[in-house]
This record gives sequence, structure tokens and C-alpha cells, in this order.
Amino acid sequence: MKILVFISHVPDTTSKINFTDNDSRFDLNGVQFVINPNDEFALTRAMWFKEKQGATVTVVNVGEAETEPTLRKALAIGADEAIRVNAKPADGFFVAKQLSKVIADGGYDLILAGKESIDYNGGMVPGMVAGLLNYSFVNGCIGLEVEGQKATAIREIDGGKETLKFDLPLIVGGQKGLVEEKDLRIPNMRGIMTARSKTLTVRNPTSDESQTSAVKFEKPVAKTAVKLVNADQVEELINLLHNEAKVI
Amino acid sequence: MSILLYAESSEGKLKKTAFELASYAKGIALETGKKVTALTFNVSDATALSKYGVDKVLNLQSEKLNSFNARAYADALSQAAKQEGANIVLVSTSTNAKYLAPLLAVKLNAGFVSNVVALPLSQPPFSVKHAVFTNKAFGVSEIKTDIKLIGVSKNAYGLKENPATLSVETFNPTLEETDFNQKLIEISQSTNKVTIADAEIVVSGGRGLKGPENWGMIEELASVLGAATACSKPVSDIGWRPHSEHVGQTGKPVAANLYIAIGISGAIQHLAGVNASKVKVVINNDPEAPFFKAADYGIVGDAFEVVPKLIEKLKEFKSANG
Ligand SMILES: Cc1cc2nc3c(=O)[nH]c(=O)nc-3n(C[C@H](O)[C@H](O)[C@H](O)COP(=O)(O)OP(=O)(O)OC[C@H]3O[C@@H](n4cnc5c(N)ncnc54)[C@H](O)[C@@H]3O)c2cc1C
Ligand SMILES: Nc1ncnc2c1ncn2[C@@H]1O[C@H](COP(=O)(O)O)[C@@H](O)[C@H]1O
Repeated sequence: MKILVFISHVPDTTSKINFTDNDSRFDLNGVQFVINPNDEFALTRAMWFKEKQGATVTVVNVGEAETEPTLRKALAIGADEAIRVNAKPADGFFVAKQLSKVIADGGYDLILAGKESIDYNGGMVPGMVAGLLNYSFVNGCIGLEVEGQKATAIREIDGGKETLKFDLPLIVGGQKGLVEEKDLRIPNMRGIMTARSKTLTVRNPTSDESQTSAVKFEKPVAKTAVKLVNADQVEELINLLHNEAKVI
Repeated sequence: MSILLYAESSEGKLKKTAFELASYAKGIALETGKKVTALTFNVSDATALSKYGVDKVLNLQSEKLNSFNARAYADALSQAAKQEGANIVLVSTSTNAKYLAPLLAVKLNAGFVSNVVALPLSQPPFSVKHAVFTNKAFGVSEIKTDIKLIGVSKNAYGLKENPATLSVETFNPTLEETDFNQKLIEISQSTNKVTIADAEIVVSGGRGLKGPENWGMIEELASVLGAATACSKPVSDIGWRPHSEHVGQTGKPVAANLYIAIGISGAIQHLAGVNASKVKVVINNDPEAPFFKAADYGIVGDAFEVVPKLIEKLKEFKSANG
């Protein structure tokens, strides 16, 4: 089985979000980048298929040279090879176009992605790739098994879950639950050493189409100070929620 | 030209998101004179949509679509959009809407922006304001394609009544065979619980509650308020509560009217996921807990004393106020 894992390179969750150049772009100052958390679940599941079912795992990112350490980290975790499409992501559609071409050229059975990246939260790239290639797609995936050419996926729905069966190839938008938090891999020394000699192919973008463009950014307005209520007067809290905030 | 919306339903009944989208669509219609059309799936009575400004309902009845199927639903929506000449298409940010939206975007060759929090700012150029960095900031994006697909955030625009005269038409799209390549094996759902996605009020507990055995009072508080229960990430990681209750940047987003955080410190990743809630209340015994900086109301105190008192007083309040 050939697996492709999408790796989105995003600011660490503790990052302070600031903008620069007249609020036209994200301020990279002091920001650490990591593998998108949802993609980490996908990558760890891919490692499971590699170890238990002999799959080969390729990771791919659409981004400029600065994303390579993130791809190397995925190699250190155990991916066999990496591809970087050398382009600045213009929007979700642009990224989906590039990734569709990588898939068309490589012929993968299973494509694992995150359901959403935590920077621009589009939640659109995997679904768009599925649409462009007319592949099957499952989103919000919290469980995945593959047997031969069939995949069984569990998807989170409001208030429960749903089990679906698909023929491969399948594109998966994964999230926590796909593997347990405690099973997430961190690169060890040996992994980091071998990652250095694994292949990282750089490709040129195949299209420059985009459909949306970022105009500017804003920070939320500062919050007014909290109103404290004495622990002995919880009825005052009820009064405030009823008469002032009007939420109960 | 018209605006098309995906009117979500569950077991034949329209969901609140359908009325929110109708309100939002009417907001655009009032500025542009466009007509508002809604596509419903296996809903027998959709007249309530007219209260929020829907002019026309496309009524789709099909056994094959009884359970949600993203590919088939996207196919039906794209055919409806084409038939109606819709150049603005609206979906919510529910789990199902997020599943089908990118498929629909490709079918319509529509630029897609999700998590939109306000009416379009200008047109043309057509730009919208949307939450980014899991609610740590907002972005303004321009959509350059002829057809625009917008994912409207829950609770951001709200419900606005604006009656219209409704016509209902039967809608019979010809769905592609490949739409049904997937097979539904089973659905397991706890029907008696309010879900985080639908809840107006969410009661959430953190590590400050010390152990799963102490969740009784969280559940009771939630039940008095008709609320959903939620938790912080470590609480679900250690298995005190199921993953489906984990809220925050890497869990579920919460956009409720009221979010009550009990024994939760207010780490940046937690706050990011709950910021879109309108009113936040924190109960924590540490006055320095960061959550107090993000909350509207707070009580500094021991949860094990405050919460039982709050439950008792709320019960009195509920019986006095019906
Ligand atoms: C990549 C990454 C992603 C993350 N994503 C998320 C996320 O999505 N959601 C999330 O929640 N976290 C997330 N976290 C974790 C986050 O950083 C915090 O560790 C977590 O939110 C803390 O949970 P907590 O507030 O329950 O526990 P703690 O930080 O341990 O806080 C417990 C609080 O309870 C209070 N307390 C103790 N006893 C009492 C009492 N008797 N009465 C009242 N109060 C009491 C304490 O004062 C304290 O403030 C993420 C972390 C990382 C690294
Ligand atoms: N630039 C990118 N390169 C590779 N994969 C990406 C990129 N952007 C998004 N993805 C994948 O698509 C998923 C959803 O991203 P998004 O649509 O941006 O929310 C992510 O979790 C990644 O798996």
C-alpha cells in the first residue's frame, strides 16, 4: 500500500498572533513552526500501517524552503520520503491543485491529511483534492482500518459516530482519535540521523490558480475586565446572567 | 441571481443553522435585492424558513438521502445552485457542512471561505471577515470567482426574523452513481444528550475537578441549564471524559451563548477554542488563573463548594421563572 500524508507547517499552538506590514500578513517574529496537530494524528496512523501492513509512506507539503525542517521532522518520525512543492500557498484551492498533481503522478492508495490546519482553519484542502480527483473522501475521521482494497472509517458526527466503508483510493481528513494522544510519535536520535539521508524531492508548482486572496488581518478587540462575584453569593451570578447578559 | 442555502435538518426537522443561514441570506438580500432559496433534504414542512426571509424552498425527497452523504448532498446542492443561477451559496460550520463544502466548492468552481462572522463587507470586490488562527484573530478575504461559497460561523450573525412569502417546489436532481460508492455500516448516537455543536449553553470541567468521579456535579449543572458538557484536553487525554468532549484549539470549537469553565486554568489553546462564545463564566480557586482575563463573569472559589450551591440556587431560579 502506498500512503501519502499531507503535512501542513503551522505556528506552534502557544504562538502569540501578531500581524505586520499594515496588518497585511502574519508576523513570523519569534514564532516556532510545527507539524499541524491534526496531521500528526494522520502521520502516526500512517506509521502504524507501515509497521503492521508494510505500507510505504511519503509526506508532502506545499510551501517554500522554510518548511523543510517540518518535513525532515516527519521523516525522522518514520516517513520514507518527502516531497515539497516549491510555492507559497496562495489559498486552499491553490494548495489542493498542487497536491492533486502530486497524487496523479505518484498513484497512492491512501491519502491521509488533517481535517483542518490550525492557522487559517480552512478545512478545505483534503475535500478539494477529493473533489478535483473524484476520489472518495471521509472527514473528521477518528478510526481507520484497511484490508486489501477496502477501507473502514469511523467519522465523528454531532453526538456520536458513524462507520463507513470505501474502496481505495480514499482521502482522509483526520483528527484526534485516529490514534490516541499518548501514541503520537516524537523523533528519536536514530530517526533524526536517518532522516538526513532520506530523499526530499522539490517539485515546481503546476498551476498558479487561486480563488481567494487575503486582504488584511485584525486582532480581536480587547476584553473588558471580568466581573467578580463573591463565592457566597452565587445568586448574584444567576441574576447577572439572567438580567444583564440575558443568557439564562 | 439568487442566494442558495443548505438548510440542514435532522430526522425531518430543520436545525437552527438553517434559520441562521436564512437570516444571513436575507441580510445580503436586503442590500442587493437578490432572492433567497433554500434546499431541504427530506423535510416535510419547511414553512418556518419564510419567517427568516426565505422566498423559495427546493424540496428534495429521496430515500437514498435519508442518511447524510457528503458527496451526494454536494452534488444536489451544486445542481440546485446551477438551476437557480445562485452566485452566493451558504453553508454552516457544522460537522456535516464542513464535510461537504470543499466538494461543493470544486463542483461549482466557487471560491470558498469558512468561519465567516459577518455579512460581506463589500461587493464588488466581494470580501468577507472570517475567524483565523482558531479565533485568535480575524482575516478579511476577497473571493474572486463568480460563484462564492461561504461557511457562516455558528452564532455569529444570529437569528433575525424578516418574513417573506414562500413558494415550495419539488426538486429532483439526477445524482451520479459515484455519489453512492461509500457504504454506511452503522451510526451510533446518544440521542438524549445535548451536543456541544447544538448547545446554547456549555458547562466544561478541567483538571481542577481532580477525577472522573467528581463529574456528577458538572452533569447536574448541565442538566439544570439544558447544557452540553465539555472538558479541557488533559481531562480527555487521561480518559476522565470521552474525546468528543475535548474543546479548544485542537478539539472542538465552542460558539455557545454561555460557556461555564470550572477548574480550567485558561491556557491559550483552550481559550482559542472557546473564544467565539458570547458570555464566559469562570469558577476557579486561583485568582491568578489566566481564564479570569478572558471571562465576563467569575467566581474565585473552590468548585466543590461553589458548584453545588450554584445548582441549588439555579433550581430555585428555574422553578420561580418557569
Ligand atoms: C499542541 C497543544 C494543543 C493543545 N490543545 C488544547 C485544547 O484544544 N484544549 C485544551 O483545553 N487544552 C489544550 N492544550 C493544553 C493546554 O495547554 C493546557 O495544558 C490545558 O488546557 C490545561 O487544562 P486544565 O485547565 O484542565 O488544567 P490545569 O492547567 O491543571 O488547570 C486546572 C485549574 O483548576 C483550578 N483548580 C484546582 N482545584 C480547584 C478547585 N477545587 N476549585 C476550582 N478550581 C480549581 C486550578 O487553579 C487551575 O487553574 C494543548 C496543549 C498543546 C501543547
Ligand atoms: N500547504 C500545505 N501542504 C500540505 N498539506 C496541506 C497544506 N495546507 C493544508 N494541508 C493539508 O490539508 C489539511 C487541511 O488544511 P486546511 O484546508 O488549510 O484547513 C491539513 O491538515 C493538511 O493535512
